[in-house]
Amino acid sequence: MRTIKAFAAIAAMIFMAACSSNEQQAAAPATTTVTPGSVADFRQNVGDRVFFDTDMSVIRPDGRETLNRQAEWLKKYTNYPITIEGHCDERGTREYNLALGERRANAASQYLIAQGIPAARIKTISFGKENPDPPGSDEGAWARNRRDVTALQ
Amino acid sequence: MNTRFAMKFSRRSTILGGAALAAGSAAPARAQLTIDMTKPSFEPVPIAIVDFSGDRVGADIAGVIRNDLQNSGLFRSISPSSFIQRDVDASAAPRFADWRGVGAAGLVVGQVQQAGGNIKVDFRLWDVVVGQQATGLSFNSQPSNWRRLAHIIADAIYKRVTGEEGYFDTRVAYVSETGPLSSRTKRIAIMDQDGANNRYITDGRTIALTPRFSPTLQEIVYMAYPEDRTPPRVFLQNVDSGRRELLGNFPGMSFAPRFSPDGTKVVMSISAEGRTNIYEMDVRGRAQRRLTNSAAIDTSPCYSNDGTQIVFNSDRGGTQQLYIMSAAGGGERRISFGEGRYATPVWSPRGDYIAFTKISGSGFGIGVMRTDGSGERMLASGFLVEGPTWAPNGRVLMFFRQQPNSGGRAGSVTLAQVDITGRFERQVPTPTDASDPAWSPLIPQ
Repeated sequence: MRTIKAFAAIAAMIFMAACSSNEQQAAAPATTTVTPGSVADFRQNVGDRVFFDTDMSVIRPDGRETLNRQAEWLKKYTNYPITIEGHCDERGTREYNLALGERRANAASQYLIAQGIPAARIKTISFGKENPDPPGSDEGAWARNRRDVTALQ
Repeated sequence: MNTRFAMKFSRRSTILGGAALAAGSAAPARAQLTIDMTKPSFEPVPIAIVDFSGDRVGADIAGVIRNDLQNSGLFRSISPSSFIQRDVDASAAPRFADWRGVGAAGLVVGQVQQAGGNIKVDFRLWDVVVGQQATGLSFNSQPSNWRRLAHIIADAIYKRVTGEEGYFDTRVAYVSETGPLSSRTKRIAIMDQDGANNRYITDGRTIALTPRFSPTLQEIVYMAYPEDRTPPRVFLQNVDSGRRELLGNFPGMSFAPRFSPDGTKVVMSISAEGRTNIYEMDVRGRAQRRLTNSAAIDTSPCYSNDGTQIVFNSDRGGTQQLYIMSAAGGGERRISFGEGRYATPVWSPRGDYIAFTKISGSGFGIGVMRTDGSGERMLASGFLVEGPTWAPNGRVLMFFRQQPNSGGRAGSVTLAQVDITGRFERQVPTPTDASDPAWSPLIPQ
């Protein structure tokens, strides 16, 4: 339902912009078209994923920045429980990667709890190497596959 | 599937072989119908398999036997079109000169007879070089079991020629993969070792992985996501009835299950709060016991063939390596010391080797080492090869081979088979992409 509402809001804003002025619509950056507090707002303006080094589950500095923004946002919009999904690239064995994904999800969960997000709001799940995004087999794809994704429920 | 399989084994001795035996015994037996598969080099044994007489299914039976033996890499099936003797009588001695003429070391003949709703199948393996019967068996079974009869005959031939138990009357459980990588369907399937009789065990609604057979083949354990966004659990499922139940109710994720050799226990990994440890569960009483207690990832546990030890992989020392412990827990010691990461150890049913996946800078490999970690040998390599499983004779392995994804499309994923020398690898046919093979024990007769 939340997703649908968010899309409806975007559509309405684009429609209004189109009515008032074509120039204004073209000039407006994409980030201004999402409703604050929506799933789209979280994904676009906060960032729903953090990335890891090969075979590691340590949160990197860039990941800490993302998680800090997530914590701030989650404290502001307290109605969302979250699930942190841990993922791996394909260069590990299936069973080990399930465990590594769990470890990565747990690392982000612990970090958010330390920032004041109640543990009861957070679930974790590992997908190992079973859900690659993007589906490539090169260094660039692997770097993006070694990730946690924070999903709003 | 596991229909009651009434079979009479009556080992034919030398009912017809009397004359041939006398002739054969004059010449010293040259060992051409035998093969030592552990030798560094050998020629496949040339063997002629004649369509079984007496019933239309006889040609199908011969076809299955030819395919089994040829696929082992130890035999060369001589094309029936080149046969000289066309009037072979399954109950009489063949014209050995004709079979030497086509280069055969062995000749297989057989016949099928209707017997009160059942079929009676006899076969003989003739040693063409020596000119005498090498082995022969007679079976009685339901007509629908003809493929199994063919595999059992192929096993008998394999055993007579190699001195090793056969592995053709077996099944393989695996993960069938379909669809794009972004929403891939992964469901568990079971098929005969040669790819026949494929059927699906899970519905594909959620991802299911790592199937493993019980010793009787009546049950499998596997890991599945109960719902799309619920952490994976281990399930125990009856293969025939389809009835499935959760095995253990642990907090967090449970995965990597495997039966003990006697089928009374299942060992698995449980993850919680970033730690993954190994637990044992009693299948009947459901008592559970923790076997490792580390802050590391301890997973992919596998019992030794005698059930007294467990080999597993752990990153407790920094990188993923192989360790052995007592089946009751404790006494943990590292056995892999080569360069790279070691994973998915599987103990040979014969107890002499441990097979594993190795990840190094150059890619993935499948290898074997002795159970003390010495004598490491790599048998196969590639962009991604993973998950070895032993044939029941401990002389052949199956694993899976994935090609790189490209252009947003999934690379092919196929099952492969390799013998313990690494000489002979072949792709195992499956209806869809396939990963995570689990080779069954010999089907109980």
